[in-house]
Amino acid sequence: MMRRRLTAFLACLLLAISMGATAGPAEDRKAMLEHYKQRLPNIKLEDYIYGALALNQDAKDQYDSIMMFPPFVNDVDDGRKIWEKPFKNGKKFSSCFPRGGKNVAGNYPYFDNASGKVVTFENAINACLKSNDEAELKYGSKEMGLLTSYVKSQSDGMKVNVKVEGPGALAAFEKGKQFYYARRGQLNFACATCHIDNVGNFIRSEQLSPTVGQAAHWPEFRAGTELTTLQRRFQQCNSQTRAAPLEFNSEEYNNLEYFLTYMSNGQKMQTPVFRK
Amino acid sequence: MQNKSTFLLALIIGLGISSVAVAVEAAKEQLPGRVVVFDKSKGNCLACHAIPNDPKAESPGNIAPPFIMMKDRYPDRAKLRAQIWDSTQANPKTSMPPFGKHRILTEQEIDQVVDYIQSL
Ligand code: HEC
Ligand code: HEC
Repeated sequence: MMRRRLTAFLACLLLAISMGATAGPAEDRKAMLEHYKQRLPNIKLEDYIYGALALNQDAKDQYDSIMMFPPFVNDVDDGRKIWEKPFKNGKKFSSCFPRGGKNVAGNYPYFDNASGKVVTFENAINACLKSNDEAELKYGSKEMGLLTSYVKSQSDGMKVNVKVEGPGALAAFEKGKQFYYARRGQLNFACATCHIDNVGNFIRSEQLSPTVGQAAHWPEFRAGTELTTLQRRFQQCNSQTRAAPLEFNSEEYNNLEYFLTYMSNGQKMQTPVFRK
Repeated sequence: MQNKSTFLLALIIGLGISSVAVAVEAAKEQLPGRVVVFDKSKGNCLACHAIPNDPKAESPGNIAPPFIMMKDRYPDRAKLRAQIWDSTQANPKTSMPPFGKHRILTEQEIDQVVDYIQSL
């Protein structure tokens, strides 16, 4: 009798474990990569960071030549000046980050169990300011954009390494995922409608980039001069499809950034970059 | 002599036919639905559909099937209208916006679009 129960219990346990193996962030990412492999058989894994450029050699060549002498070098240098300027207490931003801020950006966003929230790289910048009695920067502001353009460039080549561990983290990831797949707005698009279902297709003359790789290179300079953060791009894609854009640093966008960046795990970071 | 008049006849008939064809094209171009289809803030159908027989339909998207032989493929006007009014009925996972249901276009604009699409 006892033995029967034990076998039944073990069977249930095994089932639970095997079910666990078929759902979760790692499996979501694997399934997504599989989808793209089918749809875009000619893209190499390391080229996903180029987004739509990876699908069009002419556009990629143009990108490469722009990136040799980027029109935004002075902006990045302005970012460096903000980063290096000492606080009133004499300390600097670099004191808040491991390795003085080098090769760290790929670990963001992470889930903070203490606050029960996703922490973006921009949140970490503001936490640093706060702990040093400095005024925080406004999310979406030019200063925050310039600063992160420079600091994140110090993580170029690092691989995106976002972790989803524990129930709180998983819940935040799932919320971000839901946002990505939910249809919204008058035109009834989900992010996934364009970037998953129609990846590689042209919407008018714009070719649609894959989700994987999308989060590895922010901020970018659109048209070479328009400083654009990742969450600004969320707003642009939302508005473009007549869905109400949300606030910078809203919980929804932070969860979305968490999900999206996880999908770029293993991709090489590069910041900032040119985009059309 | 004989040859010359046949040639002339052919020329006249040819010109006649081509001017009829031009007239048909011009009539299509004047359908009010065409404006709605092309307008980026209205139908913006070209974002996804090509219109192979309309030379002004430049750089269309390729998300959706081209508008071609629509009258043969959609003999039932109501069915065509329903596809535009709410595409999610035929395919819940469609990429096409529900133009009527979400009031992207007015009922009258949808009727005009149907007229134009049927002419293609
Ligand atoms: C109607 C189509 C459409 C929808 C819906 C859409 N996007 Fe986009 N998105 C585009 C186009 C077009 C571009 C520019 C070309 C490209 O890079 O894919 C773009 C670019 C992007 C980029 C920048 C890629 C890069 O490397 O510069 C990100 C990130 C992005 N979208 C995320 C999203 C998110 C998140 C959502 C949902 C909130 C979304 N998109 C919804 C069409 C769409
Ligand atoms: C963002 C993409 C998109 C836009 C914009 C769009 N469609 Fe579509 N349409 C589709 C897709 C995709 C299909 C294929 C069937 C499906 O998946 O629902 C389709 C199918 C159709 C069909 C059926 C065609 C066939 O060959 O069976 C008609 C008719 C149609 N669309 C009309 C329109 C009209 C008219 C407009 C503009 C007022 C429009 N569509 C705008 C994506 C779009």
